[in-house]
Amino acid sequence: MNILICVKQVPDTTEIKVDPVTNTLMRAGVPSIVNPFDACALETAARIKDETPDTKIVIVSMGPEQAKVALTECLAVGADRAYLISGRGFGGSDTLATSYILSCAVRKLEELEGKFDIIFCGKQAIDGDTAQVGPELAEHLGLAQVTCALEAKTNGNTVQVRRKTERGSEILGVEMPCLITMTKTAYEPRYASSRKKREVAKQEIPTLDENSFEIDLTRAGLKGSPTKVKKTFTIPQNSTGVIFHEATERQSTISLFELLVKGNILQLGVRYGNE
Amino acid sequence: MEMNSSNLWVFIETNEKGQAHNVGLELLNPGHSLSRAQGDEVVAIVIGQHTEAAVASAEAYGSDRIIIVEGEEYARYSTDAFAYAFHALITKYAPTSILIGATDLGRDLAPRLACRLKTGLTADCTELDFDEESGNIAWTRPAFGGNLMARILCPNHRPQIGTVRPAVFKKPEQDTSHKAEIVREEIHFSIENIRTKLIEEILDADNETIDLEGAEIIVSGGRGVGGPDGFKVIQQLADALGGTVGASRVAVDSGWISSAHQVGQTGKTVRPRIYIACGISGAIQHLAAMSSSDTIIAINTDPEAPIFKIADYGIVGDLFKVIPEFIALIDEQILTMAV
Ligand SMILES: Cc1cc2nc3c(=O)[nH]c(=O)nc-3n(C[C@H](O)[C@H](O)[C@H](O)COP(=O)(O)OP(=O)(O)OC[C@H]3O[C@@H](n4cnc5c(N)ncnc54)[C@H](O)[C@@H]3O)c2cc1C
Ligand SMILES: Nc1ncnc2c1ncn2[C@@H]1O[C@H](COP(=O)(O)O)[C@@H](O)[C@H]1O
Repeated sequence: MNILICVKQVPDTTEIKVDPVTNTLMRAGVPSIVNPFDACALETAARIKDETPDTKIVIVSMGPEQAKVALTECLAVGADRAYLISGRGFGGSDTLATSYILSCAVRKLEELEGKFDIIFCGKQAIDGDTAQVGPELAEHLGLAQVTCALEAKTNGNTVQVRRKTERGSEILGVEMPCLITMTKTAYEPRYASSRKKREVAKQEIPTLDENSFEIDLTRAGLKGSPTKVKKTFTIPQNSTGVIFHEATERQSTISLFELLVKGNILQLGVRYGNE
Repeated sequence: MEMNSSNLWVFIETNEKGQAHNVGLELLNPGHSLSRAQGDEVVAIVIGQHTEAAVASAEAYGSDRIIIVEGEEYARYSTDAFAYAFHALITKYAPTSILIGATDLGRDLAPRLACRLKTGLTADCTELDFDEESGNIAWTRPAFGGNLMARILCPNHRPQIGTVRPAVFKKPEQDTSHKAEIVREEIHFSIENIRTKLIEEILDADNETIDLEGAEIIVSGGRGVGGPDGFKVIQQLADALGGTVGASRVAVDSGWISSAHQVGQTGKTVRPRIYIACGISGAIQHLAAMSSSDTIIAINTDPEAPIFKIADYGIVGDLFKVIPEFIALIDEQILTMAV
């Protein structure tokens, strides 16, 4: 089994705060992490490898040199090989351009590492939150896709994927090769041992740039991106609410209740809801 | 219908019974205001095996035209068959803009379609308007877990496509006498060529009874609820108000309540009349999906909890003391009214 995982290094958005004065993101000091959904993809691949030990796990990430830190983390957790895709013509890519670049890189990686049976992506990257790169990569490569997977297991030449749906979940069977995007799994991603961390610290991570594989550069970067960000802004969060903090909960509750009834927010005698 | 009509399309997602998902009907609303700005018409797209119910809804909620694709291969959603049919329609009619619900289905289909068309897609929008200056739709969406909003244009490619979160827009007024022009298209995709096969469907036990997106009142519990027993208290308040129970991800991940109840970035987006957050700190991933509720009420022991920043009303206090008092007050009031 030959598995490729697309991993993005992202700022830990749970640590990001909005500056209350300037209303801009305070990104300084925010740690960079492996996108959590990509970590779920790696764990799922590692579980497939536990079952089928002759599985190879290859990681690819497009980003700046610094993203090698994320790649090294993946190697420490159990990936076999890692590649960084980095080039000046790649900056400013939207999802269509990113997925195009990744698709060109995947073709090159298949020359180096052999055909991939499964390509995993995270459901979405927690910085952009688009959930588009996975399906768009599948389209570029002409692969079958399953999105929002909770679990994936191989069985002969098919993968059984449990996928989240609005009503619960469904198990789909899909033949390899295919592309699967993982959402948060019920199981936690495994940790790297310190021995493994020391071992992979020296492992070389090759960088592929625009000269390393065939690519139409007019379809990459800013100029290859159909969507343009016109502006970004934050929503100021000023508390204007009426908050009660009286001597006892009973007093606070009575005060709040009176206000809600007076303001006609709670209309007594009338019951709302789903009939 | 003209071949080169410059229309705005709304995808009417259907459920397993062939009924329209609310989000498609909601999108007819901004669909109308956006297409009017461009002098266009709103076309609803319905793909399924039995489409009567969804077509009737799309008509009553004000579509100018409805394009229907029917076939047994569309009985269940599959990426392969739906992307094929939708793409064939777009190639034939060349719409200017397409709105799709940002549901699990919509977010599976839209990127596949956008990539096949080599056009731009803006995911998970929470605001839509018309950018007069450039003549494009301005798609506004949250990024960085809801910390940052981005306004995005797709100036040089058509169609411009966006997925829009459920419950962001209200459905238009229903008018059962409204008539739409109906167009049927014969587009077929061989079932054998659908590469994903359904093996088994696992329904959440309480899925049928939980309608967070349609709820008028939601009472949500988080880590502060402390365990599955704590959720009985949340349920009692919801019952007293005729509301539905929601939850934070911590509560769901801890196994206190099923995931059908989760509100947030990885759960449902909601917009009830009243949202009561009990023992929820107000992490950005939670706020992103409930902050447009009409009235937000927070109950939390920590006066510094971020939820108080967006709450219209709140009590700093223990939810296990506040909620029983609250229920007692409701019962008392209803009692005096009954006398
Ligand atoms: C990619 C990603 C996606 C996510 N998606 C979601 C999502 O969809 N939905 C979601 O909710 N979260 C999501 N999260 C998690 C989110 O960041 C927070 O961890 C989570 O919302 C916190 O839940 P909480 O408020 O219940 O718990 P906490 O943050 O621990 O807050 C508990 C609160 O309860 C209060 N409390 C304790 N005891 C009492 C009491 N007796 N009475 C009253 N108050 C009390 C405390 O003061 C505290 O403020 C996501 C995170 C990531 C990284
Ligand atoms: N720059 C990148 N390098 C590698 N993988 C990526 C990159 N951007 C996105 N992905 C993959 O695509 C998934 C979805 O990302 P997005 O569409 O940006 O939300 C991520 O979880 C990754 O698996």
